[in-house]
Amino acid sequence: MPGMPDHTPLPPKIRIEQVSYFYGAKQALHDVTLDVPAHAVTVCFGPAGCGKTTLLRLINRLNDLLDGTRRSGHIFLDDRDIYAPGADVPRLRRRVGMVFALPLPLPGTIRENILYGLKLAGVRDRARLEAAVVRSLTQAALWDEVKDRLDTPAMAMSGGQQQRLCIARSLALEPEVLLLDAPTSGLDPISTDKVEESLLTLKRTYTIVVVPHSIQQAARIADHAAFLLDGALIEYRPGSELFTNPHDTRTQDYVTGRFG
Amino acid sequence: MSSEATSAKTRSRWGEFFVESGIRILGFSTIGFVLLIFFFLLREGIPAFTKVPLGNLFGTRWYPTFDLFGTLPLILGSIVVTITAIAIALPLGVATAVYVREVAPGWAREILKPMIEVLAGIPSVVLGFFGMTIIAPLIRQGLGLPTGLTAFTGALILAYMALPTIISVAEDALDAVPTSYRNAGLAMGATQWQTIWRVVVPAARSGILMAVMLGMGRAIGETMLVMMVTGNAARMPLGLDALFMPVRTMTATIAAEMGEVASGSTHYHVLFAIGIILFLLTFILNLAAAQAMFRKRRQGGLR
Amino acid sequence: MASQAATSRRYLIQRIGVGLLALATLAVVVPIVLVLATIFVRGYQAINWEFLTAMPRDGMKAGGIFPAIVGTIILIFATGLAAIPVGVGGAVYLSEYARDNWATRTIRLAMINLAGIPSVVYGLFGLGMFVLFLRFGTSIIAGALTLAIMTLPIIISTAEEALRAVPVEFRTVSASVGGTRWQGIRYVVLPQALPGIITGVILGLLRAAGETAPILFTVAAFYLPRLPRSLFDQTMALPYHLYVISTQVPGMPPQIQYGTALVLLILVLSLSLTATVIRSFFRRRRQW
Repeated sequence: MPGMPDHTPLPPKIRIEQVSYFYGAKQALHDVTLDVPAHAVTVCFGPAGCGKTTLLRLINRLNDLLDGTRRSGHIFLDDRDIYAPGADVPRLRRRVGMVFALPLPLPGTIRENILYGLKLAGVRDRARLEAAVVRSLTQAALWDEVKDRLDTPAMAMSGGQQQRLCIARSLALEPEVLLLDAPTSGLDPISTDKVEESLLTLKRTYTIVVVPHSIQQAARIADHAAFLLDGALIEYRPGSELFTNPHDTRTQDYVTGRFG
Repeated sequence: MSSEATSAKTRSRWGEFFVESGIRILGFSTIGFVLLIFFFLLREGIPAFTKVPLGNLFGTRWYPTFDLFGTLPLILGSIVVTITAIAIALPLGVATAVYVREVAPGWAREILKPMIEVLAGIPSVVLGFFGMTIIAPLIRQGLGLPTGLTAFTGALILAYMALPTIISVAEDALDAVPTSYRNAGLAMGATQWQTIWRVVVPAARSGILMAVMLGMGRAIGETMLVMMVTGNAARMPLGLDALFMPVRTMTATIAAEMGEVASGSTHYHVLFAIGIILFLLTFILNLAAAQAMFRKRRQGGLR
Repeated sequence: MASQAATSRRYLIQRIGVGLLALATLAVVVPIVLVLATIFVRGYQAINWEFLTAMPRDGMKAGGIFPAIVGTIILIFATGLAAIPVGVGGAVYLSEYARDNWATRTIRLAMINLAGIPSVVYGLFGLGMFVLFLRFGTSIIAGALTLAIMTLPIIISTAEEALRAVPVEFRTVSASVGGTRWQGIRYVVLPQALPGIITGVILGLLRAAGETAPILFTVAAFYLPRLPRSLFDQTMALPYHLYVISTQVPGMPPQIQYGTALVLLILVLSLSLTATVIRSFFRRRRQW
């Protein structure tokens, strides 16, 4: 049954309440209600087209960039409605960072990539900027590999490195939540390992929501797992339970590979 | 949030608003300019319709010094020169576009495309100069005419001015024809030539039509070239041999006479009225071409 | 066999047809070469240091064309100054802010119209609005503003294309780290589109440099005793100069005429070449 998994001491970081979403006439999300706990990895998975990416992008209002869409329901970050009129959207996106499915470095050097968001926010203090570069690259497990070439083009790095750079880029803003949309698709197994490892470390400081690349990845990293199908939330339980003992037959079928 | 941070946030919000409004205004400025141009043409040109009786204005005799403002010779002059120019430029232009796009080997294409760009860049006054000093005498001697500055000479060189436009639009039209059409034609055993003329070109028909309209718009609006090469005689161009006699276009008339006209005189207003006619003519031609383009876009054509 | 004859006849038609196409293409290209070559051959002897840097003497029949060259360069700069902000701004609006509605379609229609207005009609407009109504008189500012409006469609359309070519992902990334729409445009999209925009600006300005009709009534003078000193002065200009010395001055040595034409050609063609070089240089260096 959807709802909040029990025995979590902290209040939920993000509350998604009866959210429906339409691309024109097509309904992508049906009445989704979901609580995302803090300091944990919550995984949203399901077959292609189930609405998981849409749901993710609603949390940092990235879907605002599209025309012709409609939304109903509410999303609360720390009990404040992120869609309230007059909400500060750039600030929301600094608090809720996002990493995309493809590595998307900006043109420019590694350092410029990391500092871009901070500079847009108006941070000028050199010491603070430098500290952010070191800290975020370390958290993304990339520091050792690039520390002596911070001023070289970011696009010259390998795919795995670029993706970790994108994670570092989001972390540089010291967000509270990190949204990751299939962050390891297209990465080699070693890079995938590194990314998954950093997620497990990062969750101690941040709240993490991931759309996994595969069911196996979901099972590996999920503290809490939400299964979506055709825009509806089917089942939401602690990861250790959902994959081994799913309650819904649809979840069972998907997890065992019978469709999807 | 501290009040400092709040005011910084408000300041940047206002800044963003102003920038966005400024850009929005600049975006709509083109509409403003078109209206402004039309307004000024009307402002200075309408008095011609009140001061000069319509019979005079659309009469066949243009002798401003005698208060005869018959614009028909000028209008017909423009039409004759333009149509002849397009008649020359269309087959040449489409053939070249077909050659470059469908037949030419890669190395030839590398030379041809820049050459056509060079032609597009040559100022019309330079082409007019060349036409006047080299081509006109050639035509005079070659055809045994009293003067080489004729409608035909003007049309010939005007055709070259219009060629880059026609070639580029025709090329786009050919590009938009899917490769599958060509493959289908060849697969049925047709030669490349047959495929081109029976399959590809008919499919690009609307694009070629657009090329004609844009080319005509370009040709009818050309000033310096026709002024230097068509002889500037405001006579009614009737009959086929009028093609090989001097003629005058609307554009050349304005350019030649505006400098000697007193501001506010009837002659001045009539010249502006001719400007209105030119504006409307090119407006209609471009509107038609634009409609064709928008329709193709909506149908899912490439360009 | 009948079919063999039909086939060989089809291939004969093919050969003739392709031959005709090639012939037509030659008919287009050869005259271009002839024009350039003739002007070069008949004009290069006139070009020397004095011709390019000295003031004209003896009713333009001797001396140099320096003021015409300077005038054209001044007009190019002034036109650019007026046209670039409006043109790039308009392009940014169309590429980044405009929705697909009737207002946008009207803007595009207006652009197509501006592009199609005959150059002499621009001259009339410039005369009516800038010279007379705003009382600038025949001046550089009147000519430059007229040329600027004429150049607007070219700049806007090439700049818009350059902006649209920048991958949409960059905008998404900029938004995802808290950038506003304008911040994304200013710090990521515009810099990446800059080479394309510059190319478009150069192409537009070289068109303006070669135009005569718009400057006929708004700025051009045949003979000025000294160089222009302010925006409200008249100036000489190469295209107008060529027109006058080839049609209205009896006894003008042809070499000076061809020389002037050659200088104008070189100016315009070298701008065109610069634009092409910039475009291909930056296309190779592009990181996307």
